Amino acid sequence: MPSLKDMRVRIAATKATQKITKAMQMVAASKLRRAQAAAEAARPYARHMAKVLGNIAGGVGDLGAAPRLLVGTGSDRVHLLLVCTAERGLCGPFNSAIVRLARERANTLMAEGKEVKFFCVGRKGYDQLRRLYEKQIIEHVELRAVRTLGFEHAEGIGDKVLRLYGQGAFDVCTLFFSRFKSIIAQTPTAQQIIPPVFEAGAGNGNGIVYEYEPDEDEILLELLPRNISVQIFGALLENAASFYGAQMSAMDNATRNAGEMIRKQTLTYNRTRQAMITKELIEIISGAEAV
Amino acid sequence: MATFHFDLVSPEKLLFSGEVEQVDVPGSEGEFGVLAGHAPLVTTLRPGILVIHGERDALRVVVDAGFAEVGPAGLTVLANMAVPVDEFDVAQLAGVITDTEEDVADEKDGWTRDKLAQKLDRLRALQAALVH
Repeated sequence: MPSLKDMRVRIAATKATQKITKAMQMVAASKLRRAQAAAEAARPYARHMAKVLGNIAGGVGDLGAAPRLLVGTGSDRVHLLLVCTAERGLCGPFNSAIVRLARERANTLMAEGKEVKFFCVGRKGYDQLRRLYEKQIIEHVELRAVRTLGFEHAEGIGDKVLRLYGQGAFDVCTLFFSRFKSIIAQTPTAQQIIPPVFEAGAGNGNGIVYEYEPDEDEILLELLPRNISVQIFGALLENAASFYGAQMSAMDNATRNAGEMIRKQTLTYNRTRQAMITKELIEIISGAEAV
Repeated sequence: MATFHFDLVSPEKLLFSGEVEQVDVPGSEGEFGVLAGHAPLVTTLRPGILVIHGERDALRVVVDAGFAEVGPAGLTVLANMAVPVDEFDVAQLAGVITDTEEDVADEKDGWTRDKLAQKLDRLRALQAALVH
């Protein structure tokens, strides 16, 4: 049976924890607003990019001569999973949901006899995947020092991916991230970026014949690597917004649970106190009667 | 005058979206003006100044390399970077150029150096475009 003093200390500790989780929730809420605005502002670019690329790809006549970034290497033996997670925890199931999706995909691919390699962006995903696939992680990037996510960070990652592709390290690259739907809903998503997959209807060319300046090949050679960076940038921004959303709801839950705990602890504390007073009273009264 | 739909987007945000009368685009093969009903065209951009002639005064925007697509739905410009001329900091650009020059000199790795050299060329072209 803990003493009354122990119980008081316990309650004070729980209250302190509640204050921290409450503060974290509010910080996440304010950061979420900015991250969400950034993610939404970046969507038009990615959308237009996909549309333009789809239009051009639809018009490419000779698939044999087209750049490898567009049509792939012609095999799908080695898969690269580009897993984007957060740098920090305390955000509910955010990181593990992305990692689980990547892991399921990896296991399916390996069961089919394909080779799987990982490229981790973010420390949390790296830590989780390292336990299982230590040898298959060929690269990892941490964005810990990054305050505001800029396009140059995505470009840096994109460059690394393109370089690996150029060296023939993989045939197919899939991007894993969490798409921001709302504060309470973030969906882990897998998106194949090399070779790019076009939405139905985008790549049919619409019967438009474009004029190209300088020429088709040169434009594709510039557009394709750029598309990779753009898709990664979009994923990172979506991830940031999702992270703060997940953290906010996780911290909201934590604050509520702490409140519930404080209520229960205070109840036990008061009961014990009451019981002790009653016991003391009985002792005094029976002592007086005995005299 | 007939108008058409114009979207100017950079990776960070959608800068302009609306009906315009004419847009002057710095294409890699030379500057060109787009009016309503332009033939379908896809081109790369070179660093320079893009001018939007809308209902109000002409709007001048500094764009880095990127792409322009003229389709039936209008003109779409995908710029690597786009900043309105009056918000653009020329001194900062000069600073970035000096930094990049140093990076190029220091870089041992061939692949990265090529990338940086390309970036430097682009920045210099942008500076040249702004002076005129």
